[in-house]
Amino acid sequence: MTMHCSCLLVLSQMALGLTEVPSSPPSAPPPSIAYAPVLDADGDAYAQPMIAALPLTHSTEATRRALQSVTATNAFSEDGGGLRLGKVRLLKGGKLLLTNGVTTVEGSSGGGIARWATIAGRQMPGGIGLSNHATAIELPDFGWRSFGVAVGFGDRLELSYSHADFNTRDAGALLGIGQDYTFNLDTYGAKLRVAGDVVYGDPWMPQIAIGIEHKRSGDGALVRALGAAEVNGTDYTLSATKLLLAQSLLINGTLRYTKSNALGLLGFGSADDGYKLQFEGTLGYQLSRRAVVGAEYRTKPDNLDLGASPAWMDIFAAYALTDHLTVTAAYVDLGSIATFSNQRGGFLSAQVAF
Amino acid sequence: MMTAAAAALLLLQQVPAEGTDWDAEFGVELKQRDPVTGELPVDPFHQSNANAGAVPYDSARLVHDFGGREGIARIAARTVELSEADPRIAAIFAAHDTVRLKRTLSEQFCYLLGAGCDYTGRDMKTSHNGMGVTKADMNALVENLQAAMREEGVPFAAQNRLLAKLAPMSGDVVEP
Ligand code: HEM
Repeated sequence: MTMHCSCLLVLSQMALGLTEVPSSPPSAPPPSIAYAPVLDADGDAYAQPMIAALPLTHSTEATRRALQSVTATNAFSEDGGGLRLGKVRLLKGGKLLLTNGVTTVEGSSGGGIARWATIAGRQMPGGIGLSNHATAIELPDFGWRSFGVAVGFGDRLELSYSHADFNTRDAGALLGIGQDYTFNLDTYGAKLRVAGDVVYGDPWMPQIAIGIEHKRSGDGALVRALGAAEVNGTDYTLSATKLLLAQSLLINGTLRYTKSNALGLLGFGSADDGYKLQFEGTLGYQLSRRAVVGAEYRTKPDNLDLGASPAWMDIFAAYALTDHLTVTAAYVDLGSIATFSNQRGGFLSAQVAF
Repeated sequence: MMTAAAAALLLLQQVPAEGTDWDAEFGVELKQRDPVTGELPVDPFHQSNANAGAVPYDSARLVHDFGGREGIARIAARTVELSEADPRIAAIFAAHDTVRLKRTLSEQFCYLLGAGCDYTGRDMKTSHNGMGVTKADMNALVENLQAAMREEGVPFAAQNRLLAKLAPMSGDVVEP
């Protein structure tokens, strides 16, 4: 080893024209590695790599995302919160405030009583979001409580579940079904955005979604006794929703093909009535990024011939207290319910969405 | 012995001359910032107000709501500043000429709001080509613009009127 090295040194010195090969004096330290003097020659200059390592800047966001490792060592992402499952963003958010809507009585993203074409949750394309809600309606003779959960997949698909209790209070006794008799309804919803965007794109091209709502009454024997043909039923919806920025107006219209009696609380259809086409609409005015006020209208069939009013109405105010928590208060007019007329009262709903 | 010879040859190599222009050597074009404006040059394009991407408003009230041309210029500059500092989208701005962007964005807003400017920038498709902008990035920028307009005291309905002009351009900006 030592032999090799000294010979190398000799050779290089010869090459450099140092013809006089000194016989190394015993006092001088034996040369260990030939290139050491070269490295030492410039000290600090070589401590740093000649070319500073450039940080890899991928030219586009798309490239950066594509190159992202699939399996995160830590599920909590560093950029912008939320969880990560492979390349899918969980609960990361990104939607503009209120563009996920609030929650309808049937558990869908929408207004209070009208379904919208919006998708629940605050996720963006490629992400998965979650929305939870609880709603209470107080009427002169009845009380409504509902709660539910919805999962949004990108800007494409919404799956929802909601459970409602409808307490008949004293009316129950008067109707002969028992004091505080409570109707139950489970609603399973799905909604698919087929075109458009509620905010972007052509101002006259709304976000359009198709959907279903499968409802199951928990009061089989009773709703049949009341004349309903079925205990379970499915609504089909076609919704269009747009935020007209120039006017700060939110416009929504939904066509619903349904045989539900009072949403389905009283079963579905009757001996001589089945599916009918109904309309529900919302007109909202955006006061700020966080606040919107408006009115809703929803027609409904009276398959059971109970003298139910042909439509429900409300005026509402929704406020996004935080990016995640939205509260909605409304004055609702549900007309006549099970022969009890003038059912007007208060609606309060809270939604927590990610 | 071979190693020794190779090392000798290595030592014989000429060190490249000091001050070699490596960029020229490798064909890298260095863009020079304009000494007056501080902007980088862009590829030639056809200049036209049509590049602004929408028909302007004609409302003195609206211009007033935005604080005139100065207000608009401050809003545009602030939007860019907020975006450069916004971790969600900062990376997109880092590699671009934000000196120019502040000017051209201000011109675009000024033109669209009918405050009497001409837009001298490129059209939206060309300016954002290959940038990989997503709808989430777009939302982030909208939020920054909203924050800038709030700071300037622009009434919300007026803010929305500007957004109404910009929102339809998303198709040219956001990568499908
Ligand atoms: C509708 C929404 C948008 C409008 C109206 C808009 C407008 C503009 C304008 C006027 C320019 C200047 C063009 C020029 O100087 O020739 C520009 C460039 C630029 N925009 Fe946008 N923009 C929008 C969305 C976005 C988004 C969402 C991002 C990224 C998050 C973005 C990032 C940039 C960058 C980095 C440049 C500089 C390009 C360069 O000079 O190299 N823009 N935009």
